[in-house]
Amino acid sequence: MVETQNINTQAIWKILEDVYDPEVPVLSVIDLGIIREVEIVNDELEVTITPTYTGCPAMDVISMNIRFALIQNGYSKVNIKSVLSPAWTTDWMTETGKEKLKAYGIAPPKVMQSVCTPGTFQQEEAIQCPLCNSYHTKLVSRFGSTACKALYQCEDCKEPFDYFKCH
Amino acid sequence: MNKTLITYTLHLADNALVLGHRNSEWCGHGPVLEQDIAITNISLDLIGQARNLYQYAAKIANDAGLDPGNTATEDTLAYFRDAREFKNCLLTELPRGDWAFTILRQFFFSQYQYLLYKKLEQSQDGQLAAIAEKSLKEVTYHLRWSSEWVIRLGDSTKEANQRMLSATDDLWMFTGELFKPADFEKEAVSLGFGVDVEALKNDWMQSVKNIFHEATLAIPNENAWMQTGGKTGRHTEHLGFILADMQYLQKTYPGNEW
Repeated sequence: MVETQNINTQAIWKILEDVYDPEVPVLSVIDLGIIREVEIVNDELEVTITPTYTGCPAMDVISMNIRFALIQNGYSKVNIKSVLSPAWTTDWMTETGKEKLKAYGIAPPKVMQSVCTPGTFQQEEAIQCPLCNSYHTKLVSRFGSTACKALYQCEDCKEPFDYFKCH
Repeated sequence: MNKTLITYTLHLADNALVLGHRNSEWCGHGPVLEQDIAITNISLDLIGQARNLYQYAAKIANDAGLDPGNTATEDTLAYFRDAREFKNCLLTELPRGDWAFTILRQFFFSQYQYLLYKKLEQSQDGQLAAIAEKSLKEVTYHLRWSSEWVIRLGDSTKEANQRMLSATDDLWMFTGELFKPADFEKEAVSLGFGVDVEALKNDWMQSVKNIFHEATLAIPNENAWMQTGGKTGRHTEHLGFILADMQYLQKTYPGNEW
């Protein structure tokens, strides 16, 4: 077991690189950008996380997996704190994370400014097909297999694909 | 102060939970697979909002010693209160109806929630402000999706247009309650953490007019008689049936977990 006074928070960040999102298993919690802070508070290791979507059922599993990973590495006194503000944005996803998503067959989120207004039937920016790289794609549904994705189809290679939507 | 904050938070939570539960009834029954997924995703967002709000209400109740034994949790608040204690607006509890009814209700509600959370983001209560900030991103998405569907159905075949018109007839008298503050809302405004819902009405109506105009639907009468009661616990018979369905397991086997 690691005594609290000997904890090096850099080592904690390193451990968290191996905790993955159960829904998108190529992304670590670091890639997702949901770890906001790692610090020692009142003799206890405190990890601050922020949810991606309010109703995302993966968050409870992620929080449990963080605890397990830290226990396995000898950190038993861990407090996992969840904060809502500032609200998570896909802008916090790392570049490596975006590359991993694309390699996995999910189109990575574009810059945040392109979405999130209530205006109807907006002209969307073209989303690149993660398989053949064509921009000749169409939106099939604003909602996909999980809260964070929308469904697209490539007009060239005809493959349907998930787009990790901007948030 | 604490009592009003709890009541106000429960009102916001009940709206989200009850509509989330209603929408979840479409799971496996949506008109096409993509829209089945869309409406159930919206349910998930709403139930997620409800969880955040119930957790907060439970924390205030326990911290202030208002709950005997400090045992309030998000689950006790959702599963062990009776219909008269629920403070959701009547609009959210009406049976799901057909797809036109579900879409139109979602549009009316999302437009209201969008304006409400935009103001609540500036609440003097930090946690309510944070929940609003977080939820607003999702609500914006709900609003865009439901507005597009109102237009798509209204400006479509004769049957779709007809169904939207009858949905408007059935829903309209329940929209007034959204903007008619209950006493606890007025107190919440004067204490600095609540939103003045009356002040949201004009913007809401303007948006309804714009979308209805694009959807080629007749704009309903702003001064029509409106039914109220949900915020003060006087519900339609439908809420009892939702609660019977939702609370059955916990009331039969209290504390049971997966």
